[in-house]
Amino acid sequence: MVTTQKPKYNVIGTRPVRPDGVDKVTGRALYGADLRLPGMLFGRIKRSPHAHAIIKRIDVSKARALPGVKAIVTAADLPEAEDKVQNLGEGSANLRELSNNVLASGKVLYRGHAVAAVAAVNVHVALEALDLIEVDYEVLPAVLDPREAMLPEAPLLHEGLRTRSVAGPGDKPTNVASHTQFVFGDAEKAFADCDEIVEREFSTKMVHQGYIEPHASTAMWNSDGQITIWTSTQGPFVVRAQCAEVLRHPISKVKVVPMEIGGGFGGKIPVYLDPVASILSRMTGKPVKIQMDRTEVFEGTGPTSGTSIKLKMGATKDGKIVAAQADLAYEAGAYPGSPVAEGSLCLLAPYDIEHVKIDAYDVVVNKPKVTAYRAPGAPAAMFAGEQVVDELAERLGIDPLKFRVMNTAHEGTRGPGGIPYVRIGHEECVEAALDSAHYNAPLEGENRGRGVASGFWFNAGLRSSVTVTVQPDGTVSLIEGSTDIGGTRASLAMQLAETLGVAFEDVKPTVVDTDSVGYNDVTGGSRVTYGSGMAVHEAGLVLQREMVQRLARPWQCAPEDIECQDGRFRTKDGAKDASFKDAAKLVVSRGPGVTASASVHAGGFGAGAFATHIVDVEVDPETGKVTILRYTAVQDAGTAIHPSYVEGQMQGGVVQGIGWALNEEYFYDDQGRMANSSFLDYRMPTTLDVPMIDTIIVEVPSPNHPFGVRGVGEVPIVPPLAAIANAVYRATGVRQTQLPMSPRRILETTLGIA
Amino acid sequence: MAVVWIPSLLRPLAGGASTLRIPGATIRDVIDELDRRHPGFRDRLVEDGELRPQVAISVDSQVATELDTAIGDDAELHIIPAMSGG
Repeated sequence: MVTTQKPKYNVIGTRPVRPDGVDKVTGRALYGADLRLPGMLFGRIKRSPHAHAIIKRIDVSKARALPGVKAIVTAADLPEAEDKVQNLGEGSANLRELSNNVLASGKVLYRGHAVAAVAAVNVHVALEALDLIEVDYEVLPAVLDPREAMLPEAPLLHEGLRTRSVAGPGDKPTNVASHTQFVFGDAEKAFADCDEIVEREFSTKMVHQGYIEPHASTAMWNSDGQITIWTSTQGPFVVRAQCAEVLRHPISKVKVVPMEIGGGFGGKIPVYLDPVASILSRMTGKPVKIQMDRTEVFEGTGPTSGTSIKLKMGATKDGKIVAAQADLAYEAGAYPGSPVAEGSLCLLAPYDIEHVKIDAYDVVVNKPKVTAYRAPGAPAAMFAGEQVVDELAERLGIDPLKFRVMNTAHEGTRGPGGIPYVRIGHEECVEAALDSAHYNAPLEGENRGRGVASGFWFNAGLRSSVTVTVQPDGTVSLIEGSTDIGGTRASLAMQLAETLGVAFEDVKPTVVDTDSVGYNDVTGGSRVTYGSGMAVHEAGLVLQREMVQRLARPWQCAPEDIECQDGRFRTKDGAKDASFKDAAKLVVSRGPGVTASASVHAGGFGAGAFATHIVDVEVDPETGKVTILRYTAVQDAGTAIHPSYVEGQMQGGVVQGIGWALNEEYFYDDQGRMANSSFLDYRMPTTLDVPMIDTIIVEVPSPNHPFGVRGVGEVPIVPPLAAIANAVYRATGVRQTQLPMSPRRILETTLGIA
Repeated sequence: MAVVWIPSLLRPLAGGASTLRIPGATIRDVIDELDRRHPGFRDRLVEDGELRPQVAISVDSQVATELDTAIGDDAELHIIPAMSGG
């Protein structure tokens, strides 16, 4: 680890065993699919075989007549949704589009779009009933490429769609849902003063998060109107809000119970099954469980955008980047909402560049509606940005990491959107990479190359609530509402332990349902250890103050005479002294319980985090296969609460990035049908495909957090695409501008037949 | 007075200015005054009394989501797209 100045901590920075570890390794942890309720029915979804079609008729009579079928639902059974954008905590959604994505109304907009659902006594009957539902379609031409969808003659997905921008809506029907622009300085004029200019076009394909656990939801709609939903989600409160809106049901009558989650990476924020299971439960009076299979996950949930990026950057011969101009078009899928604004804000984030012009377009196409995927929009943007930076460095004859140091952003530099950075750690990351054993080791052998790249992701704060309670034995329970995906039970418990001055093992964290704790935004945006950490810290301080008040009586002194330091309570005269645990026993045994809650808004997107990666590859000139030989990820974690989990996030992000770079893509035929919707054909990396990912944690504490935390979950997926492309270039002499860099693509480009 | 950085697509409303000095104790005050001087800003930034869901405003490097966020005398405001993470 590389650490700048930080306080000495007792718990933070240690590596205790996670509180949920035993349940997970013994199989006792309950996931969405594990739920069994008395009388439970089983639901399945009927999906569109077409990428774009009008639904002319749905006939469910034969399916309804099948013995064992209990209910069938179509969009006609959903309340009519309002055509308005609703803030859903992190991000927003148009309620009508959300409802139409849950069950198609009028048109299907992508293959896999849900059109009906069945509840039956078992899965086999439900599947048989799906085949008996007759849907007449009028097939329409589909558009699958964002640049083609922007053309005036392209088939329109939504007749009413107008290009939205901060300046107001456009006046013509279009597939371009939004246009965002950032202009600082005068890029066009500045290019005239540049000694080197690199201009390239890049494209990436739609890819999926690939979480191991398919979506699963069970709903019970009681006769009193109370709905309970047990689901696999990153945001139980957001599921509650979305279901309340889609079902037009009072939010106070919807309770969401988050089950353990087998990965999400942003893909488990929108609702797909929950409202459908709820309606089927209302129709039958029984609990209804719906699970997806892997093909449904690929075709019927939210992957991330395929992209098209044009980028031009210029630098002076002394190594200063002075101008950048970019045009980004991201696929939104069937409904508006790609992460193109996020991508455009991250594109140049590591650097101090005076003249910038960026245009960003959100474009609907006949593919699944995209949703967040780990640092949404940033990896594709940096695939472009960090290759152009690499090429500029090469042309200027400057080491690529030193070139990044020469142009790095610092505190005060105008970063994304022109906002000045607070203290950031990009330069420290690049310097750590320069000093690393990996970068200083020679790379020998034919067809081998070394690449580097940096990346940035914001750090969401948003809303978090926790409740802490002192137990009779002096331990402390921590009630929280954030789904634990990456070890946040531990990271929050460690921050509470540090605040109170107790042992980590004396804090017991529990994730509860939406009726049992205050509001929490999603587990996403790298925010829980950061934002909920602030709530935990505040609740701990409140608890300490309450303990002081309560101790005053048995110690027969005024509360002002008691100090709390390093986890001990003492009277100022030194006569009384007790550890937190002993003081807690004293207080709880004599009086009412001691409980404190805190609800915080930890801000929008804050200080942000940077990473710099180094990778060595070998390219087989005969097969085009790229082998990762060595990989080192450097990342500013602010303060690493649990270093093992930070390292795990870094390694996981890199592996996902390797898959995105080399193999993964939604492979469509010309009818808009995904041809590889299984893990057999959608090639994600396995342990056989990657070496040990070495990690270097840099700690430049965030000024926005009491312990200096920065979010760590997302930024590690940002640099790998470009780092690997830069390495492949050095191995082959050919720049890679399209993903994935599959063996076929490598051969086509290196042999000049692309 | 706060310095408001005007997004390029809204600069026509502000006579082409990229920054404006606007008084106000909260974001809402600043937007009201901005709209009084350059009509059209409130409509582009505010809907039903709240910031439009697609819009966020940063105040001195912190992204705020509420119009009643207090701002200091020399605060720097940026109007940016709302964002989400994974």
